[in-house]
Amino acid sequence: MDANVSFDPREDAYSKPLDQIDVSVPELYQNDVYQPYFERLRREDPVHYTADSHFGPYWSVTRYKDIMSVAINNQVFSSRWDLGGVRLEDQVQGYERPSFIQMDEPDHGERRKAVSPVVAPGNLARMEGLVRERTITVLDNLPRNETFDWVKDVSVELTSRMLATLFDWPIEDRHRLMFWSDVTVCHVDTPDAPVHSEAERYTELQKMATAMKALWDERAASNSPRYDLISMMAHADATRNMDFRELLANCSLLIVGGNDTTRNSMSGGVWGFSKYPEAYRKLRENPELVPSAISEIIRWHTPVLHLRRTALQDFELGGKTIRKGDKVAMWFVSGNRDEDAIRDPHELIVDRPRAREHISFGFGVHRCVGNRLAELQLRILWEEILKRDFEIEVMDKPKYLRSNIIHGIRELPVQIH
Amino acid sequence: MPEVTYIEFDGTPHRVEVPLGTSVMRGAVDNNVPGIDADCGGECACATCHVYVDAAWLDKVALPEPGSQEAAMLSFAAVAQPDSRLSCQITMREELAGLVVRMPEGQH
Ligand code: HEM
Ligand code: FES
Repeated sequence: MDANVSFDPREDAYSKPLDQIDVSVPELYQNDVYQPYFERLRREDPVHYTADSHFGPYWSVTRYKDIMSVAINNQVFSSRWDLGGVRLEDQVQGYERPSFIQMDEPDHGERRKAVSPVVAPGNLARMEGLVRERTITVLDNLPRNETFDWVKDVSVELTSRMLATLFDWPIEDRHRLMFWSDVTVCHVDTPDAPVHSEAERYTELQKMATAMKALWDERAASNSPRYDLISMMAHADATRNMDFRELLANCSLLIVGGNDTTRNSMSGGVWGFSKYPEAYRKLRENPELVPSAISEIIRWHTPVLHLRRTALQDFELGGKTIRKGDKVAMWFVSGNRDEDAIRDPHELIVDRPRAREHISFGFGVHRCVGNRLAELQLRILWEEILKRDFEIEVMDKPKYLRSNIIHGIRELPVQIH
Repeated sequence: MPEVTYIEFDGTPHRVEVPLGTSVMRGAVDNNVPGIDADCGGECACATCHVYVDAAWLDKVALPEPGSQEAAMLSFAAVAQPDSRLSCQITMREELAGLVVRMPEGQH
């Protein structure tokens, strides 16, 4: 499907027979044409079955309230890696990654608790100064009246440094972490993906895990308290004995969680304000709105498009019967645009009432553990942009990642005036 | 209308009237009491309305049933303690008039 002029996604979304609608096609997100399909599903078939897709048969849950009910019902809707995991694309046999996002209770909770102090409010308060310092450096070095890529020069710069800090990884080597992040999230059949098979993906992640293991052994042996993710896992009872495969899985989860989503929110906000310049004007005049504006940006962009669960038993949802063993996708990108839950959902509104109640971080026991860190980084970025009174002109539409899971912006050319 | 006292992490108290039948979370959010985020709007799905119940009130504000959704969510809140509750799950009733709750360092 080309993003050519003759193709009208709205026409396509409404003229197809319902049962032909397949929102798992990664090109829908790469070409930025997905909204009309979800709009139709929310109205006509909010709990939708696709019998035939590249990823096999699956259910799509598209309304805010239904997504919430699936997310909190972890008795029925499992995240387990050995049932396929949390993406529509099943974990490939032999290459499964048993990270704690892909576990149910009690295994999940024990492991999550080992790392959550790193990104809890107490530790974040300690990080704020460092985040601000870096943000200032990056912003002060941007060119004026000259086109540059916001993704590369701002979003990646800031989030890769943060990621190195979280792992206490050599900062000059941070681009390797970004590479492994791209390796983890890509669909291997994307032509310019960093790896082209599951075996190749696993080989790269093994290199990553080997490097992490070296740091782990060093830090496990040391008794001086450190607050990076590796040290926390190396010392906590629930995680200190984890095998190599689980270490690989958790590090790749934390690498992706720790940068990719925040990176894309940093780019998504600039794109959003270029579409809604009134909103940016209001924010400039009322900088105290920054906290609600960043919740709104995270809603509006929706960095994680979907996450998947597997039904452990038959379950009625929205008048449909989901069968034991079925795959169920929670489409956050649709829930955040649900007219019944959110007023004027397509608009970016910096003073939106109850802006925090978006669905981008998920809900229930797996709800994003890094959400306050993401908000901290975004808040500081926008505070510093406002202090400099940047007028950011977007020179061309964003280039999106070919993915049905990460709402990735790969390029966003801008000029600052 | 019954009153609830919310004490911020730095010790600042806020006395607020909370209508019967309304949650202690709503009482704070609707009156702009800082320190309660309530990211899920009261669905017991986010744990960002976490409070510590004052010792004098623990017999009237029952602790969550083990195995309940609230207990599960609370176990992931930052610095959960035995007197922790999710304030969206405490509904105001006559006998809670005067309730005192404290806020954690941050919601997570
Ligand atoms: C705007 C930025 C972010 C968004 C939109 C986001 C989104 C999400 C979502 C939707 C989940 C739920 C998973 C589920 O229900 O299965 C999640 C979980 C998670 N996130 Fe984030 N995330 C963000 C930033 C971060 C950051 C900065 C970290 C850094 C550590 C992080 C680490 C994690 C981890 C480790 C989990 C797994 C939690 C669990 O299974 O208990 N995320 N995230
Ligand atoms: S408001 Fe989300 S758990 Fe109480």
